[in-house]
Amino acid sequence: MRKVLLATLGSIAVLTAGGAWANDELIKMSQNPKDWVMPAGDYANTRYSKLNQINAANVGKLQVAWTFSTGVLRGHEGGPLIIGNMMYVHTPFPNKVYALDLSKDNQIVWKYEPKQDPNVIPVMCCDTVNRGVAYGDGKIFLHQADTTLVALDAKTGKVAWSVKNGDPGKGATGTSAPLVIKDKVLVGISGGEFGVQCHVTAYDLKSGKQAWRAFSEGPDDQIMVDPVNTTELGKPVGKDSSIKTWQGDQWKIGGGCTWGWLSYDPAVNLVYYGSGNPSTWNPKQRPGDNKWSMTIFARNADTGMAKWVYQMTPHDEWDYDGVNEMILSDQQMGGAERKLLTHFDRNGLGYTLDRITGELLVAEKYDPKVNWTSGVDMNKASPTYGRPKVLDQYSTEKTGEDKNTKGICPAALGTKDEQPAAYSPDTQLFYVPTNHVCMDYEPFKVSYTAGQPYVGATLSMYPPPGETHMGNFIAWDNKTGKIVWSNKEQFSVWSGALATAGGVVFYGTLEGYLKAVDAKSGKELYKFKTPSGIIGNVTTYEQGGRQYVAVLSGVGGWAGIGLAAGLTDPTAGLGAVGGYAALSNYTALGGSLTVFALPQ
Amino acid sequence: MELFHAPVRLPTNVEEMLLRTIWFAGAAIIIVVSGRIAIAEAPVDPAAVKSEDGKYLDKEGSPTFKVASDGTVDWYTYSGYRRYHSECHVCHGPDGMGSTYAPALTDSLKVMSYGDFMGVVASGRQNGNSVMPALGDNPNVACYMDDLYVYLRARANDAVGRARPAKKEDKPEAYTQTENSCMGKK
Repeated sequence: MRKVLLATLGSIAVLTAGGAWANDELIKMSQNPKDWVMPAGDYANTRYSKLNQINAANVGKLQVAWTFSTGVLRGHEGGPLIIGNMMYVHTPFPNKVYALDLSKDNQIVWKYEPKQDPNVIPVMCCDTVNRGVAYGDGKIFLHQADTTLVALDAKTGKVAWSVKNGDPGKGATGTSAPLVIKDKVLVGISGGEFGVQCHVTAYDLKSGKQAWRAFSEGPDDQIMVDPVNTTELGKPVGKDSSIKTWQGDQWKIGGGCTWGWLSYDPAVNLVYYGSGNPSTWNPKQRPGDNKWSMTIFARNADTGMAKWVYQMTPHDEWDYDGVNEMILSDQQMGGAERKLLTHFDRNGLGYTLDRITGELLVAEKYDPKVNWTSGVDMNKASPTYGRPKVLDQYSTEKTGEDKNTKGICPAALGTKDEQPAAYSPDTQLFYVPTNHVCMDYEPFKVSYTAGQPYVGATLSMYPPPGETHMGNFIAWDNKTGKIVWSNKEQFSVWSGALATAGGVVFYGTLEGYLKAVDAKSGKELYKFKTPSGIIGNVTTYEQGGRQYVAVLSGVGGWAGIGLAAGLTDPTAGLGAVGGYAALSNYTALGGSLTVFALPQ
Repeated sequence: MELFHAPVRLPTNVEEMLLRTIWFAGAAIIIVVSGRIAIAEAPVDPAAVKSEDGKYLDKEGSPTFKVASDGTVDWYTYSGYRRYHSECHVCHGPDGMGSTYAPALTDSLKVMSYGDFMGVVASGRQNGNSVMPALGDNPNVACYMDDLYVYLRARANDAVGRARPAKKEDKPEAYTQTENSCMGKK
C-alpha cells in the first residue's frame, strides 16, 4: 500500500496534465482511512474516519505513542495532514511546517520557516493562529500570516511558487487552511476587525495564477453573483443585492471575512463556506443588512459564480461571524433522500439546508441559553421568511452607542467558533464543541484608518447566569434540530471533534485534556492531559497496521485570550465551584503534537 | 519585573545585546524610547491634585486617574478601558497584563513617563520580533491618548482591577467636544 502511494506521489507531475486529475486523486486519497489528506479529512467536512481498531470497548487503554514539540508558543489551531508515510505539521506565526517520516521514527524530513515581517502580528485580531495546510498536485499549500499563499514541494519543502493573497498593511492576514479542488487551490482571508473587504480566491495549482476572486460585499461583478440565477431561499437575489444594503461605499471596508473552512460537493461542483462579521462591531455606524456578510455561499468551483446564498444574521449587532464549517451529508429526511448542509453558526442556531437549492429546512438553538433571538421565521409566505427575530432587550443597535447591552447569549465567541464539529454516518449525529458564554456588549464610535483596528465595541464575557461551566460538548440531530446528549465542560470546547467507525468521538479541552466519549451516549471513556490547552483538531490515521489519534495542543486563540479576560468579577472564580477560575490556573503556552495508540 | 519578554529570535546586533545585558543586570527602570536610553526618574505620585473639565492631573500636571471610595472611576479611566480593549489588548494582553508579543503595560507604566508614553504610542518602535506600530495617525488611538494613559496608569498603580469598571463619572461636556473635533464628527 505504502509503495503504491509513494509511487503515486512521484508521478503526480506527469498526471496533472489531465487538469481535473488532482480532484479525482484527492477524492480517492480521502477515501483511504489510513491517510488524512485534507483539513477536515474529506471534502464533506465530516471529520469522520472509518478506522475502528480503537473502539468504545478498548479506548480506555489508549496510551501516548509519541510526542513532538513545535517549538512555537501561542495558539495551535488546526491539525496535521497524513499522506502515506509522511505527516505535515504546521504552527502559528512564524508558520513553520515540518514534514515527518512516520516510517522512520518520525524524523524531520524537511522544515519550512518563512521570513515574515513581524508587523503582521499586531494586525491579527485573535492570536497568531493558523488552521493548517492543504495537499494537492504533490505540493503542500500554506496560507501564511502575511497572506502569502505558498506551494511547497511535498517531498523537499522547496518553494514551488508563492502569491500574495492580500495586503497586511491594510489589516488582511492569513489564518485559514486552503482547500485543493480540481486544478485550483482555494483560500479565504482574515481582517474583519480591520475593515478588509474580504474574499475567497482560487489560484491555479501549478502556477499560482489567480483564477477567480469573489468578494463578500460589493458590486455584482466583484461578489460574483448573477442577479437572476443566484438565489436566496429560492428567489433571485436581484441587481446590486449587496451594495444597496450598505450606506454609501461602506462596503469597501465591510469585512465579511472568510477565515473559516471550505467544503465541496464534487457531484454538483459546488464549494461551500460562510462569511464573517460586517465591519465595524458598532452596528449604528453601518445601517442596512450589510449583505453578504454573515452568509452561507454555494459557488461553482470552476468559475466562482454563486448558485445560492443565505444570510443568517442580517445587520449583525454581536459579531456572530458566519464562517463556521458547512458539513455535507446525504440523509433520509421527511421520507426522501436529501443532500443536506449542516452548519452550527456563531449566532447559536444550528441550520440544516438543502445544499443543492439552498432551501432552509431547520434553524434551531443548539444551546438552550441562546436569547438574542426568539427564532427564525420559517413561514415561506412571510416577508421576513428566513430572518431571525431579534429581541429588543438584546439589540445593541437599539440600546445604542456608549451604552452597555447586558446578558446577551451567546457571547461574540459564538455558541461555536471555528472549532469544527464532526458527523458520523453510523449514528447520523453531529458532534459539536460549543461555548456556553454570555456577554455585555457596548458599541462606540470608531474611525477607519487603513491597517488599524476598526472594532468599535468592548465586551465582557461570563458563563450564563446561575451557571459555572463555559462549554458543552453535544450530540445534535440535524433533522429535528434537537440536542441528543450534552456533556458539560468547565471551559469552552475550542477543539475540532473527530468521529470514528469505532463508535468513539474525540475532542480536546482548553485545560489540555484529550477526551474520548461514546458516540451513542456521550459517556466519557478516556482522558489524558496533554502539555497545554487544546484548540487544535483531532485527527486519526493508520501507520504500520496501528491506528493513531493525533492532536496539537498549545493554548491561545480567541478563547485563550478571551476566557481569562473581561470577566465582570474575576474573583468569583475563587468560589467553591471555580467555574470562573482563570484558564492560567490550568495550563500555559507551548505547542506540541501528542499522538495516541493502543498498547501493542 | 519584566519590561520586554524574550524576543522570538535572538538579538543579532551588538547594541541590542548590550541593552539586553543591561536589562538582565537588573536595571529594570531603564526604558528604551526610539533607540535612546532614558533612565526613568522615580515614579511621580499618581494622586490627583486638581481637575480640569473632568480630567484629573497629578502635581506635575500629567493626566491621572481618580477612583472614589465607592469604586466610581473618572471618565478617562473608563474610556481608556474601552479603547485599550479594542486597540491594544491583542498584543499587550487583557487588562494590560502582557503577552509573548508585547510587554505588560501594568509594569511599564510604573516607570514610564507621560511624555515617553505619548512618544512610543505615536511613533512606535521595534525590538527584534517585537513590533510596536506607530499609532499617531490612527484617530481611534491618537484622540484617546490621555484615556489610554490614565487607564493604564490606574492599572499600574492597582487603582482599578482586571474587571470592567462598574461605575463611572459622566462623560464631560468638554471631552465630548474635543472628541468630536478630533474624530472629525460634528
